[in-house]
Amino acid sequence: MVPLSWYLVLAALLFSLGIYGVLARANAIGILMALELMLNGVILNIVAFWRYRAPTQVSGQMFAIIVFVVAAAEAAVGLALIISIYRRRGTVVAEDVSLLKW
Amino acid sequence: MNASALTVWLIPVPPLLSATVILLVTFRSRWLSHTMALTAIGISLVLGWSVVFGALATPHFADHPLASSIDWLPTGSTALRMGVAVDPLTVVMLFFVPLACALIILYSVGYSNFGKALDAHDEVGSPPHNGVEPLYPRFFAFLSLFAGAMLLLVVADNLLLLFFGWEIMGLCSYLLIGFWYGRNYADPHQTTPRQAAVKAFLTTRLADVIMLLGIAYLYAETGTLNFREIFFNPELMEKLVATPSYISGLAAAHMIGLLIFAGTVGKSAQFPLHTWLPDAMEGPTPVSAMIHAAAMVSAGVYMVIRVFPLLGAGAGEGGSPVLAIITVVGSFTALFAATIAVAQNDVKKVLAYSTISQLGFMITALGIGAYIAAAFHLMTHAFFKALLFLGSGSIIHGMEHGAHHSHEHIDPQDMRNMGGLAARMPVTYITFLIGGLSLAGFPFVTAGFWSKDEILADALAHNHTTVLVVLLLAAFLTAFYTMRQIALTFWGAPRTESAAHAHESAWTMTLPLVVLAFFAVTAGYVGVHHEFPVLGHLLGENPFEHFLMGALPVELDGFSFKWTPVLLSVLVGLGGLLAGWLVYGRRPLGVGDADPVQAALGPVHTLLGNKYYLDEFYQAAFIAPAKWVSTVFVSRIVDRGMIDGLLHSLARLMLGIGSGTVLIEKWGVNYVPDQLADGVQATGNGSRFVQTGQVQTYLLGVVVAVLAMTAALLMAAR
Repeated sequence: MVPLSWYLVLAALLFSLGIYGVLARANAIGILMALELMLNGVILNIVAFWRYRAPTQVSGQMFAIIVFVVAAAEAAVGLALIISIYRRRGTVVAEDVSLLKW
Repeated sequence: MNASALTVWLIPVPPLLSATVILLVTFRSRWLSHTMALTAIGISLVLGWSVVFGALATPHFADHPLASSIDWLPTGSTALRMGVAVDPLTVVMLFFVPLACALIILYSVGYSNFGKALDAHDEVGSPPHNGVEPLYPRFFAFLSLFAGAMLLLVVADNLLLLFFGWEIMGLCSYLLIGFWYGRNYADPHQTTPRQAAVKAFLTTRLADVIMLLGIAYLYAETGTLNFREIFFNPELMEKLVATPSYISGLAAAHMIGLLIFAGTVGKSAQFPLHTWLPDAMEGPTPVSAMIHAAAMVSAGVYMVIRVFPLLGAGAGEGGSPVLAIITVVGSFTALFAATIAVAQNDVKKVLAYSTISQLGFMITALGIGAYIAAAFHLMTHAFFKALLFLGSGSIIHGMEHGAHHSHEHIDPQDMRNMGGLAARMPVTYITFLIGGLSLAGFPFVTAGFWSKDEILADALAHNHTTVLVVLLLAAFLTAFYTMRQIALTFWGAPRTESAAHAHESAWTMTLPLVVLAFFAVTAGYVGVHHEFPVLGHLLGENPFEHFLMGALPVELDGFSFKWTPVLLSVLVGLGGLLAGWLVYGRRPLGVGDADPVQAALGPVHTLLGNKYYLDEFYQAAFIAPAKWVSTVFVSRIVDRGMIDGLLHSLARLMLGIGSGTVLIEKWGVNYVPDQLADGVQATGNGSRFVQTGQVQTYLLGVVVAVLAMTAALLMAAR
């Protein structure tokens, strides 16, 4: 049987990939996709811990499902915002959208 | 207060009220406005004439005149009283003033082209070309105000109320002379209505200030301004004569009289303040008639007759010096203006100078003590001069219609452009002829003959030979220029297309002419000398003189009838007319012909045509120095040099002190707070680079912080 730590390492890799993407990508859509990667890493963690530590309880699965929903909602809102920004300013590059800058 | 006194109070009210109502309420409707004005003056006419005929029916009216007054302004223990009074002199005025005013207002309806549509080319403030006057309601409001002020002046029982009416008329003359305020002429030297209005206002104002001084002086000496209280109080009059004035050798009564007479010199356009009156012809013609016949100038003569007891006071001891001055001014003006009138070409200017000249006759009559003759001539003159002015307005109206038809650009008021109007404007012609003959003194028929004859007879009876000669000369010239005017205007063949196309005016204009023509003839019959053969007895033994006798507490030494003055006035009247006919009537002036008199007189004619260059003289002698004083002396030297210099150096001193205090403020008081503020600002500036406005930078911060905290926790856990 695959030990828990393998799952955790995989989840950490996914999360780190996500962070890198969020911090380094210029394209706002890319940032959004990287964000999804981070969320997937978190979900993997949750599911792994549930399966190995408390398989009889439902709460672990519930958490995973809530995060899915949040991720889906966030993707929808985020994409809508990006389209709106694109329509207004003709760009999806995050650096160019710096209205709050001093 | 009984009913008839109340009536007197009410006489001036309707026109004053209608002026207000027209200006505030009915100004949108032309019909309503002139109906309002006509109704108001109609009510005044009815009220006035009810008083007039009531007075005529009262035997010995002069001894108990109508009077009523109220306390107006409490001054210390006494009160200044305002009131109205009707004595025989007022009755005379109340007879012709409302009648003339009513006719003039009726005439204005036609004159302002009522009934026609507004012409799109007409500008507000300019004379209408062929449409209705753009400021129609305003015109009637002003005329109403004018009439109301004149009636107020007439019924006033004291000098102050009289002065109120006097000044309102001054305002109205300004408003009405400048009624066409937008009018400009191609010739920059021609007086525009604006300039004429200002000139009239300032000239009469100068005279009014002197008059007000006289009123104030009178009040200071007597404590009252009521005519009857002063003039019918022999003690007071004696005191006034006995009191020396500020000028040595002149009694207070005479000084006051002279000051008040100055008001008349301005208002009734006597030399040397007459120059405003010819320029006042710039106003619409009904206004000229209003100013010259019914109101304004009559007011001046009326006022001198009113204060005549004051002027003539103490005449027993070697003659009153004031009367001598008045005689000189009046007779000089009479001749002087008559000579100018001979050389004028503007149909209204001739009448303007004839007005000045005729007013000179009245003033002369007062100067030689014949106040009844003056009042008589004032009344007849009002009728025939109103008639002549309205007639000239009708002529100009006809000429303008002709010019509109023929598309000529000519001066419709220049008599050289007229000729042959008799056939085209028959009613105007006949009435103008009657008015002209009355002015010229056509013997035995016209009113002007009787009143002028009375003045001449008075002059002869009291041995004023020089005055008589001067007046005869003036009367001769009057007849001459009247004939010239009639001949140039009506006779012969038309000299322009416009004259050929002129046509008669509307009934609203011709009806007043006919009514006035009736009075211009008949008004004279009331004052025929009672010893005049046949007529004197037939016409009721001179009712005018009988009625006025005793109106003023002045002894009039009556004179018996003599043929000499009658013959003289017949001679000059007919002689002048004949001379005029010989020069202008026998062979009518052709197109482009020079004036025969101009050729005969040469440079003298130019001098007369330019009114003796008096306007130019005033310009050079008074207006130019006044301008120099104000622009150069007062403005440049005193104001900008001295006063501004002082203020500027004061300002510079203050600026220096201020600069010093600024340094203290800056380095002493504000140093620490300023540094504190600067420090805060610098910190802010230094740290603002942190805010990049980019999400990723912030996230990087978050990640670094999380990593650092994780590391710290891990360290601590170990």
